[in-house]
Amino acid sequence: MRKILLATLLAAGIAGPAAAAESPKAPAQEWSFGGLFGTLDLASAQRGFQVYKEVCATCHGLYHLSYRNLGDIGFNEEEVKAIAAQATVRDGPNDQGEMFDRPGRPSDRFVRPFANEKAARATNNGAYPPDLSLITKARADGPNYIYGLLTGYGDPPPGTVMGEGMNWNKYFPGHQIAMPPPLTANGVTYSDGTPSSVEQMAKDLVTFLAWSAEPEMEQRKRTGVKVILFLLVLTGLLYAVKRKVWAAVH
Amino acid sequence: MAQQSQSALIRWVDHRLPVFSFMQHELHEYPTPKNLNYWWNFGSLAGIVLVIMLVTGIFLAMQYTPHTDHAFDSVERIMRDVNYGWLIRYVHMNGASFFFIVVYIHIFRGLYYGSYKAPRELLWILGVVILLLMMATAFMGYVLPWGQMSFWGATVITNLFSAVPLVGESVVTWLWGGFSVDNPTLNRFFALHFLLPFVIVGVVVVHILALHQHGSNNPLGIDRKGPQDAIPFHPYYTVKDLFGLGVFLIAFAAFVFFAPNYMGHPDNYIPANPLVTPAHIVPEWYFLPFYAILRAVPDKLGGVLLMFGAVAVLFLVPWLDTSRVRSARFRPVYRQFFWLLLVDCVVLGWVGANPPEGAFITIGRIATAWYFLHFLVILPLLGKLERPLPLPTSISTPVLKGGGLAGASAAPMEKP
Repeated sequence: MRKILLATLLAAGIAGPAAAAESPKAPAQEWSFGGLFGTLDLASAQRGFQVYKEVCATCHGLYHLSYRNLGDIGFNEEEVKAIAAQATVRDGPNDQGEMFDRPGRPSDRFVRPFANEKAARATNNGAYPPDLSLITKARADGPNYIYGLLTGYGDPPPGTVMGEGMNWNKYFPGHQIAMPPPLTANGVTYSDGTPSSVEQMAKDLVTFLAWSAEPEMEQRKRTGVKVILFLLVLTGLLYAVKRKVWAAVH
Repeated sequence: MAQQSQSALIRWVDHRLPVFSFMQHELHEYPTPKNLNYWWNFGSLAGIVLVIMLVTGIFLAMQYTPHTDHAFDSVERIMRDVNYGWLIRYVHMNGASFFFIVVYIHIFRGLYYGSYKAPRELLWILGVVILLLMMATAFMGYVLPWGQMSFWGATVITNLFSAVPLVGESVVTWLWGGFSVDNPTLNRFFALHFLLPFVIVGVVVVHILALHQHGSNNPLGIDRKGPQDAIPFHPYYTVKDLFGLGVFLIAFAAFVFFAPNYMGHPDNYIPANPLVTPAHIVPEWYFLPFYAILRAVPDKLGGVLLMFGAVAVLFLVPWLDTSRVRSARFRPVYRQFFWLLLVDCVVLGWVGANPPEGAFITIGRIATAWYFLHFLVILPLLGKLERPLPLPTSISTPVLKGGGLAGASAAPMEKP
């Protein structure tokens, strides 16, 4: 029973407890959205969307996003409509009681790549490609980890016994990941002319995914600065009032 | 006095429903020791955090769906599509952590200054009841987003009841409302998570009622001798509490706006999956010391009993501590043991956060043993063996002598 469970875990892309301990921590990268005043690099996020669309979307969903959300990273209304229209959405039932396909609309959720988990596993060597909407929040040190994972493929050290169809990755827990290296140099042609090295694409993609996980990030930090400044002044005033009221007691 | 109020309306209302007299009595006339330090801020602070949790919680409940198929998505909808939903949820989520920070400080303040001693035993016991209710509420609240840690945390904790002899398995089935943690479990946890905070409000009211019977303890741990030792709660402590609230809100806002997920676990952003167990199942940080005690015992029933015993022992503290001196300021030996207990609890939390392997097992067992040794052996013995320092004759005496202020020898305080 335990063996079956462990095998399932490995196949699911989640390593067993023993393997989890030995993976190195991915090195920290410079992120536009990091720090107290970090803002999203919109050009990078748009390039990241292109990488997602052309590479990741084959297997990974982005279920918590709607096409309309792309307006937040600088796509205009026409562009959003065009992007949405490229998707085929199953809708219905219509007046005849039948389901039908139609082009996507900005209000639609991102269409999932597989009908269900079983279908996803069947085409992916038993592994289930996770939805990416929240991925940078759902992994410890998310952005650095995802960047490390995307750039951490390599040949297994001599003597490693690899599972069938598995790939060696420096940062993946247990080092054996079902996903083949997704990024290859010049695999995507950026419309803004940025050279598409693996590192550049990984960085853009993580910027896009960080936005999809925390679309409120910029507003949150901006509000936070105002709230804390306000509280500092208010607390200072309260301290002065407290001193004045207590002057007679001390 | 409301009866002599200028306003005829106030007099009219007060004659029929004495709300104004009540406020006058419990806020303005309520005598408070004049020497309370900032550790005494945490009681009112806890009350304010409770209100913050209630308000944000009710707005969250308007958008949340307690169903296994929709719970996770409905939380994400709150985060993305509800106006300021991210703010309400992050305040609620971090509010839970800060509630425990505030309450733990409040409890340790009580332990340091002996606030549980006669005549405040029932006040202390009511406080422990509030702690228990908070723990139940927080645990069930953590289950609601239906992430991986929600699901597996619920599975581990509800399974503890299977350790009960004979009826254990039936109890667990009854708690779950089925044969595994599933939709009925989530539904009832939501109902109880909504209900219990109001029960907490009720116990808080009784807690304050008991407090106002004899008033606050104070850093010297001696009783007020007369009006020169006391000041009215309002305006002195209202303004001091407000200043403390300001400091608290700055720290709170720093987490809510700049590190909202720092105290959470990343796995809870993965939807619950009964077929995939996380590598390490850990509870929220505020339960880690209890989790360490649970795992310190190789026997399941023993671990469960010890974990509940860790809270239950707090009920007995007023009688376990045999010393007649309240404040640790005059108990040099107890003071050392107090800090040792605090370190012990931090060590337990650290052990609880790590997998039960190797040295962690040994450290966890020693720390657990020390926790109970402190309350069951050291507290009773110290009261008999320790020689406390001489107590000041009144609250005013050390206040006037100390401080080294030029004006400190001025006449005893008059009410302004």
